[in-house]
Amino acid sequence: MGESGLTSEQIAFQKHARGWLEENAPPPPPIRLPLMAIEVMHEAQRDYLQSWQRRCYEAELVGTDVPREYGGWGREGCQRIANQEMSRAGTPFMINIVGLTMAVPTILVHGTESQKKLLIPGALTGEEIWCQGFSEPGAGSDMANQQTSAIRQGEDWLVNGHKVWTSLGHFAKWMILITRTSKEHKYDGLTYFVCPIEGHPGVSVRPLIKITGETGFNEVLFEDVIVPDSLRLDEVGKGWTVAMTTLTYERGAAEGAGGGGQGGDPTQRLIALARESWRDGVRASDDPVTRDALVQQAIVYEGIRMNMRRAKVPALNDHPMRLPLQSKLTGSEASQNAARLGVEIAGVHSTLYKKDPKAPEAGHWPLAYLNSYGGTIAAGTNEIQRNILGERVLGLPKSK
Amino acid sequence: MNQPSPVPRNFGFGSEEEMLRDLARQFLDENMPVEKLRGLAAPDPEPIYDDGQLPGWDQQVWNQVIELGWPGLAVPEHLGGSDFSLVGIVGLVEEVGRHALPSPLISTLNASWVLRSAQTKEADPFLQSLASGTPASLAMTGSRGGVEPGEVDVEARSTPAGVCLDGVSFFVQDASKCELFLVFARQGEGLKLCVVPREAAGLRIEQDQIHDVTRDQATLYFEGVEVNSASVVSDSGLATLQRAWPGLLCLVSADLCGTSEWQLQTTVEYAKNRKQFERPIGFFQAVKHPLVDAMIEIDRARSLLYHAASLVDADHPDAELSARMAKSAASDAGAYISDRSVQLHGGIGFTWECDLHIFFKRSLHNQALYGDGVHQRRRLADFLVGPIDR
Ligand SMILES: Cc1cc2nc3c(=O)[nH]c(=O)nc-3n(C[C@H](O)[C@H](O)[C@H](O)COP(=O)(O)OP(=O)(O)OC[C@H]3O[C@@H](n4cnc5c(N)ncnc54)[C@H](O)[C@@H]3O)c2cc1C
Repeated sequence: MGESGLTSEQIAFQKHARGWLEENAPPPPPIRLPLMAIEVMHEAQRDYLQSWQRRCYEAELVGTDVPREYGGWGREGCQRIANQEMSRAGTPFMINIVGLTMAVPTILVHGTESQKKLLIPGALTGEEIWCQGFSEPGAGSDMANQQTSAIRQGEDWLVNGHKVWTSLGHFAKWMILITRTSKEHKYDGLTYFVCPIEGHPGVSVRPLIKITGETGFNEVLFEDVIVPDSLRLDEVGKGWTVAMTTLTYERGAAEGAGGGGQGGDPTQRLIALARESWRDGVRASDDPVTRDALVQQAIVYEGIRMNMRRAKVPALNDHPMRLPLQSKLTGSEASQNAARLGVEIAGVHSTLYKKDPKAPEAGHWPLAYLNSYGGTIAAGTNEIQRNILGERVLGLPKSK
Repeated sequence: MNQPSPVPRNFGFGSEEEMLRDLARQFLDENMPVEKLRGLAAPDPEPIYDDGQLPGWDQQVWNQVIELGWPGLAVPEHLGGSDFSLVGIVGLVEEVGRHALPSPLISTLNASWVLRSAQTKEADPFLQSLASGTPASLAMTGSRGGVEPGEVDVEARSTPAGVCLDGVSFFVQDASKCELFLVFARQGEGLKLCVVPREAAGLRIEQDQIHDVTRDQATLYFEGVEVNSASVVSDSGLATLQRAWPGLLCLVSADLCGTSEWQLQTTVEYAKNRKQFERPIGFFQAVKHPLVDAMIEIDRARSLLYHAASLVDADHPDAELSARMAKSAASDAGAYISDRSVQLHGGIGFTWECDLHIFFKRSLHNQALYGDGVHQRRRLADFLVGPIDR
């Protein structure tokens, strides 16, 4: 370990990543990109993002720490660096977010050798897009209340049920799927599969329209869908345990197989907006109330960065999960508050929708604000995150 | 702030820093448990609040602290100190805050930090003296309570032997426990930094009546106090104080983080044990969630604090900016957990008998010291957004 706390391999990798990103900035997108992967709607966006992910994969910025035999690059502790460098460069996000940050790490932990070889390479290159089939109409926060049933039929399983809020379902080749295989036990009656989606008989994907009026997620119906037993992850009845692995990665409490790109600190952008917006005859950037709000934002984002750094110093963490379990909550609320501040600073201009040519920054702030509720609701609502932190870290009695 | 920094990723918090922090925690657990603190600092309110008596503290513990070498942590080795990193000192001060230790340690660390920042030969003997256990405090604030360097109401006049001081210095921390004062005095455009012993002729010390029972505070009246030239440790007092400022902000933020963590853990324990409606009150989310929010605020402050201290150690140009962020976050976290700690204890939290008030008041005092959150952000806005264009 050198002075900086990075191994020499990590330092060399960081140099490579930074250099490659500087020389290989992606071309401008053919059509405006959404803010996050889970909002990708159009095929043109998908194609563009898929080819960017492939290039990043080829540059070893994706699948960096995944073993070579499963299509990765076999490094250690370098994915985090790749993600940081992509954020730093402000390059587009990885479209296969569910594949990289949820499916691959889960399969690495719970999958068989042949499942790893079958499923991981396509997720890393971005060729095979993944979606997550956890939520159902009656199983949101109470995720274990799954009703989608899987019934054994020889070497296969027969799946019937209804998943909702399935991001990227409309482009997905695969789904990570939780099903109920026993009604006797709430938690121990669950089984986890990977399920083919695109073109698979009995599966239908229907778009749902978001708060912004755009599509982005879906409902997915299963009618007598056949899933071979070879696509079951881990044992029958172990679905809850496998799902917990997925959630650990989804909520950012552990590093997945790739991520990176955008979603960074909006402070500079907000300051620029404040310089161009007016408040009672003065620039918003000269208004003390706005200035205070801008600095509060800056402090929150700097705090998130420094939390990430402190989380890696065991001597400064009395409880190992105290900081990692905060990241989804603090990150999503920071983005929400930042977007809300953008709306406030833009003032009456924030009434304008993105299609109105007079909208500042093409209507970014009000859309970002509306979309930010995706962040505070998805991946376990922030109320649920507070329960988890209160119970697992502070040791308070369980709320449910 | 996006430049690659020479600052170590672990903030420079290595095994020595960890040992110092763990030792401090153990020593203070043994020597200043909260029952003892209560007996010393807050036995009864009348003597303190009505009769103007100073709250108690343990001279014996202070003697042990001297033996442990803590007053010399920021003093260079050749002057008898241990030249510890600020990151390490901050770790120790967090423990001091967590135990709300009444002692002249913080004021002495502050004084040594400023003396060191003077970067003069004249400061050396005093640094040596502080390292060997002479308690000291900063006298740097004017009547308006300005929390930035430079607002002083003490005048220095040149004399054949040095300078002569006249005026008043306000809000001097732990003055009753200190033997030396580092006095900032105006002469023309400049600020002189002078060391004045408490028994100096012409110096009158009037104790303030304050809320915090874990320290004392005084107003210092200077009437023709003679200071010989060997005790004028700097002619560029303002630059000295500005250099020292990020470090001082880190030290007070560390104290705040420590009291906040104690308040959080104490309230969490209470919420696990106190039952209403047949359940521990921590079951209710109106209790649970604010405690989580307080934890998040405290963690933000701590992470910013360690980063700021590491930038100070590295003499990084962003040190002041980071230290102001840390003080803003630490003050606000302190205010929030103080508020929730009392509220979530219910009636008992409102009593003198409950230890919460001791930490509440220490935190409240530290929130104001050297500028609260709003103040730091006002300054930060000048850095980040640019000065207001009038
Ligand atoms: C943009 C977006 C993308 C998503 N993508 C996916 C996806 O790809 N795959 C997938 O499986 N799911 C996805 N989801 C679903 C998401 O995980 C659920 O919406 C979420 O878990 C909440 O479930 P629910 O919507 O049923 O709300 P509910 O669980 O009904 O919650 C309603 C409200 O009650 C609160 N609440 C519920 N229980 C408690 C409790 N115990 N304590 C305190 N408050 C409580 C909640 O916090 C919330 O405020 C997505 C959601 C969004 C918004």
